[in-house]
Amino acid sequence: MRILVVEDDKDVAGFVLKGLREAGHTVEHADNGRDGLFLAASENFDAIILDRMLPGGIDGLRLLETLRGQDNTTPVLFLSALGQVDDRVKGLKAGGDDYLTKPFAFAELLARVEALTRRGKSDGPATRLLVGDLEMDLLARSVRRGTQKIDLQPREFRLLEYLMRHAGQVVTRTMLLEGVWDYHFDPQTNVIDVHISRLRQKVDKPFETALLHTVRNAGYMLRAEDA
Amino acid sequence: MARQAAIVASGHKRKALFRSAGVRFALIYAAVFGLSAFVLAIALWYSTLGLLQRQVQNTIHSDSQALLEHEALGGLPALEAAIHDRLANDSDPDGIYLLMSASGQLLAGNLDHWPAGLERDNVWYELPVNRQGVSSIALLQVKPLPGGDKLLVGRDVRARLKLRNVLRAGLIWAASLMIALGVLGALLIRSLFRRTIRDIAATTSAIAKGDISRRVPVSGIGDEFDELAITINDMLDRIARLMDGVRQVSNAIAHDLRTPVTRARTKLEDASLHARSEDELRAAIERAIQDLDGIVSVFDALLRISEIEAGSRRAAFAPIDLSSVLIDLDELYRAVAEEKQIVLHTEIAKPLMVLADRDLIQQAVVNLLENALKFSDSMTVINFSASVADGIVQIVVADRGPGIAEKDRARATERFFRGEAARSTAGSGLGLALVMAVTQLHNGTLHLHENHPGLRAVISLPAYKPQKGK
Repeated sequence: MRILVVEDDKDVAGFVLKGLREAGHTVEHADNGRDGLFLAASENFDAIILDRMLPGGIDGLRLLETLRGQDNTTPVLFLSALGQVDDRVKGLKAGGDDYLTKPFAFAELLARVEALTRRGKSDGPATRLLVGDLEMDLLARSVRRGTQKIDLQPREFRLLEYLMRHAGQVVTRTMLLEGVWDYHFDPQTNVIDVHISRLRQKVDKPFETALLHTVRNAGYMLRAEDA
Repeated sequence: MARQAAIVASGHKRKALFRSAGVRFALIYAAVFGLSAFVLAIALWYSTLGLLQRQVQNTIHSDSQALLEHEALGGLPALEAAIHDRLANDSDPDGIYLLMSASGQLLAGNLDHWPAGLERDNVWYELPVNRQGVSSIALLQVKPLPGGDKLLVGRDVRARLKLRNVLRAGLIWAASLMIALGVLGALLIRSLFRRTIRDIAATTSAIAKGDISRRVPVSGIGDEFDELAITINDMLDRIARLMDGVRQVSNAIAHDLRTPVTRARTKLEDASLHARSEDELRAAIERAIQDLDGIVSVFDALLRISEIEAGSRRAAFAPIDLSSVLIDLDELYRAVAEEKQIVLHTEIAKPLMVLADRDLIQQAVVNLLENALKFSDSMTVINFSASVADGIVQIVVADRGPGIAEKDRARATERFFRGEAARSTAGSGLGLALVMAVTQLHNGTLHLHENHPGLRAVISLPAYKPQKGK
């Protein structure tokens, strides 16, 4: 994927660029708002990682507003030291698709950027999700693996749906908490792990191959072994 | 140069004098006072002297009418007789009469000669006259007679003039007295004003210099200045409390963050000095990152609390049904409880309408639930209930853990406070502080009770009553 990083802090930018390149993405970098806006408006990107506070007269919010004003719908992830609820709301209102507060773990950033680009592509009204031999019927709200039907609680269903929609991608605990439960806080306990392990009991335990994998220091990934 | 400077300085002084609010108020006072006194004097002048003048005019008028009637009935001789009659009777000692023939001959009357300057008929004149050798001042009017003769009727007004002089002198005296009083009053107002302002100014400037303990003195009269002083003092009290809070928190931050920072630093230094393999190095770095993440989460919690305490989140309040929020949380944490073999006993009434910020209430209840789960042993029960009664929505989380010692309970909601039982467990000591901040933002209360054994945390929020007609 082609990703634009607009970030003035050299260390943070270098770290993000290196990480994204290692993950196999093509990355462009601008260290001020003016260059960032020029690049974002003149070239095609799959996603933009945008710092809120930028030198050069154009800050992140204005850059994004200008971009959206030009009907540019490239997914944008805000990366900001401004972490208050209001800041977050402002960022999303201006047209941001996601908001990550500094400091951040790179795994979280990568997972969120990849989730964004996925969201950008397949927004078609799918009625069936398929990962390996795991199959989810969104209309009948039923799940089966191979020939066996799996009974899920409503919340387990939504958890699995979220994982299947992001199949092949790393999904962090925070993303699950936000995406499945719509909670915006950091739990001190391992709530998400507990729910994942319950889901595993139903989806993986009775079968030979595991689909739901733990990614160390990052989160979880649903993926068929051979894919 | 020095002289010029002095002139400039005096100019400044004059400007400064007029810029003084005290002087301005005093001048306004003096002006209003002087104007009202002036109006009073004018009114007095006209109501006394004017009245007298009119009375004299009326008398002269009726007198001359009566004389003209005599003339109409009996011609000039009758008129002459009437005048002689009046003068002889001395009915009015101030009466002045003079009858002059068309040829200029004085026929009757008590004036020695026709007064100079008396030219037109039927017009009021105030002229000096000579009455039997005594000069005086008289109010006069001439009435023309049919044969070209002229009748002069008047009244001696010397007495009235005397009165006028007395009145004028009196008013001048009164005016100077009033000016003196006005100036005195103005000076009084100015000093009063200055004194009150000086108290406030002295207090505020002392505070600006750092002495936050100073307060504006209250006179106790209960006037507007007192109200102002009380308001300022209330404001200063609040500022002092906030500053105390900030001081406590910054001390706490300095102390409590030193520990995890030290831990992270030690790990990194230890790894850089002693790690023998890349794996060892990586492991140490990862542990240090975890410590740093812990510090960041403490900062986040602190920021969150101060954001909540600032009250700006009230704008996001909306009527919500808490029961669905709580049922979702129960579902989220039931799994955790089961894994720890703790029984989560939940009773949520429905509906529970409150005017609230959903995210904040969620977070507050999460903090209570996580505390309860953290301090509960396996095979114990946590009671999680919510109900509404008398317009109060109560959310209760009660565990069977070690609880909080009686003496610590009041301080348990302070930032960074950690009770004896909590010292050995992980945590920042900010959880209950956040719950407290959230409940206070919602005009609610947080109470911590003994649960024999354990802790019973009760959040009380005012229930939302939809207004009729909306």
